[in-house]
Amino acid sequence: MKTDISDLRGDFPILDQLVNDEPLTYLDNAATAQKPNQVVAALTHFYQTDNANVHRGVHTLAERATAAYEDARHKVTHFIKAAEPAEVIFTKGATDSLNLVASTYGEANIEAGDEIVISIMEHHSNLIPWQQLALRKHATLKYIELTPTGELDMGDAETKITDKTKIVAVAHASNVMGTVNPIAALTKMAHQHGAIMVCDGAQAVPHMPVDVQALNVDFYAFSGHKMMAPTGIGVLYGKRDLLAAMPPYQFGGEMINFVHRYESTWNELPWKFEAGTQNIAGAVGLGAAIDYLENLGMSNVQAHEQQLVNSLLPQLTADHQIEVYGPHDPARHTGVIAFNIKGLHPHDVATALDMEGVAVRAGHHCAQPLMETLGLVATVRTSLYIYNTQDDVDRLIHALNETKEFFSHELIKAE
Amino acid sequence: MSLSKLNSLYREVILDHADHPHHKHALTDATTTMTVKNPTCGDVINLDIDLNEDDVITNIGFTGEGCTISQSSASMMSDAVLGKTKDEALKMAKTFSDMVMGKQHDQADLDELDDAAILSSIVSFPARIKCATLSWWALQRALLSSQQEESDGEA
Repeated sequence: MKTDISDLRGDFPILDQLVNDEPLTYLDNAATAQKPNQVVAALTHFYQTDNANVHRGVHTLAERATAAYEDARHKVTHFIKAAEPAEVIFTKGATDSLNLVASTYGEANIEAGDEIVISIMEHHSNLIPWQQLALRKHATLKYIELTPTGELDMGDAETKITDKTKIVAVAHASNVMGTVNPIAALTKMAHQHGAIMVCDGAQAVPHMPVDVQALNVDFYAFSGHKMMAPTGIGVLYGKRDLLAAMPPYQFGGEMINFVHRYESTWNELPWKFEAGTQNIAGAVGLGAAIDYLENLGMSNVQAHEQQLVNSLLPQLTADHQIEVYGPHDPARHTGVIAFNIKGLHPHDVATALDMEGVAVRAGHHCAQPLMETLGLVATVRTSLYIYNTQDDVDRLIHALNETKEFFSHELIKAE
Repeated sequence: MSLSKLNSLYREVILDHADHPHHKHALTDATTTMTVKNPTCGDVINLDIDLNEDDVITNIGFTGEGCTISQSSASMMSDAVLGKTKDEALKMAKTFSDMVMGKQHDQADLDELDDAAILSSIVSFPARIKCATLSWWALQRALLSSQQEESDGEA
């Protein structure tokens, strides 16, 4: 039986508090999500009953810890519909996953004159690894630009992806524009030119059903902490043949088969890419977060957020004092909404909202090239998740109105 | 409403400075210029200073983008240090930095800061301290770099 998605707040005690004497309205979920009791309990249970290092001991606790760790890998495999657990590598997070691909696949396969194609809406984590790889290899980095409504320009993608392209790396969902990119179509385009497709799913996996085989991507990266798992655990999915051919990322314990004085051989997938003691409890927590999400059903998660977007976005776009970035059509928008109150700096807005108990992000959202392209220094960003309610939307709108009123002197230069 | 707490941060004098910043213009042929960035939000301050042969700040101007706090702080800082010597201005920068971090400071030193002393309220808004200190940081770096250039010249 599915849990009622309209009544999850009991699972998140952190939400039940006053911030600046007002009920907390947590709308910074694109930065990190809150953790339900079930995830915290899984961590506590692991440390109180099963803690040991994995794959190394023959004692009972080591076996239990190993089973818990590998069980989490099975859950991830099923959750993103990977073909087998060998294709699921645990990392520190999406950033680590993307750096892994750039440092191994990229290092081994990119040569001078090759092209790497990314989009202008990438988070720094899916931008700098490619930028630096291109610099190291004297390769060319190219950007797919945006349409006037803030969506990925697929016409531009067709001109940018050529036979020289070796890697295409694009976010599944934007952490600023609130758009979902047509990854399956981009992958097809990349493959037609002999390039591989890398997808940053950090803002997608927590919010919508993801099927890496249907997308046909070669690599897919995401973080646990944005989907209610602890910080410090993430995933890199990769196709087996690519992973098998890639050199290791880091060297040390666990990733080896045999070590001799002057040479070594590497462990099987996925452990070849998991050097040193991993974040075992983090993986267990990720497994618990996946259980929580699957119990709700990812389609229900997506529908719940969509319902809130349908209420929030039109209220923001209808306000002539507010400028919303990204598409204005709620049907084409995720729960991530970037905006500014005209004439007001986003930091001032975020401080004012905080005084009303409303937590949002203000800044460049680790997407400085995108900000530059939009001609902005910074924006306010509100982002929704499963435990947000219509009340939260109403509180945000109320707090924004209060903020405008407070600063309603000459600072407001609307029109 | 809880926004009344905002009054403790956004005092009238701060909003006045933000609306009508003093010295907000570039200087031509400034003896020292400095650009600093707040990497958390991308705000930028370009500070121009004229120092005469006695190390007195004879003219000051700033440009750049920023929030209410950083803009008003730059305006109040410029007012406060104009006509001061380099050493006096550096001492004021230290006092300001101590003040916004909630450290102890002499009332006499605080009085020297003039309007800028009103930003002591930022202590209750730790996320905004960098906004307030951005222009003072630019001042400090500008003055110390002019010192550096001099000693480089002497060497």
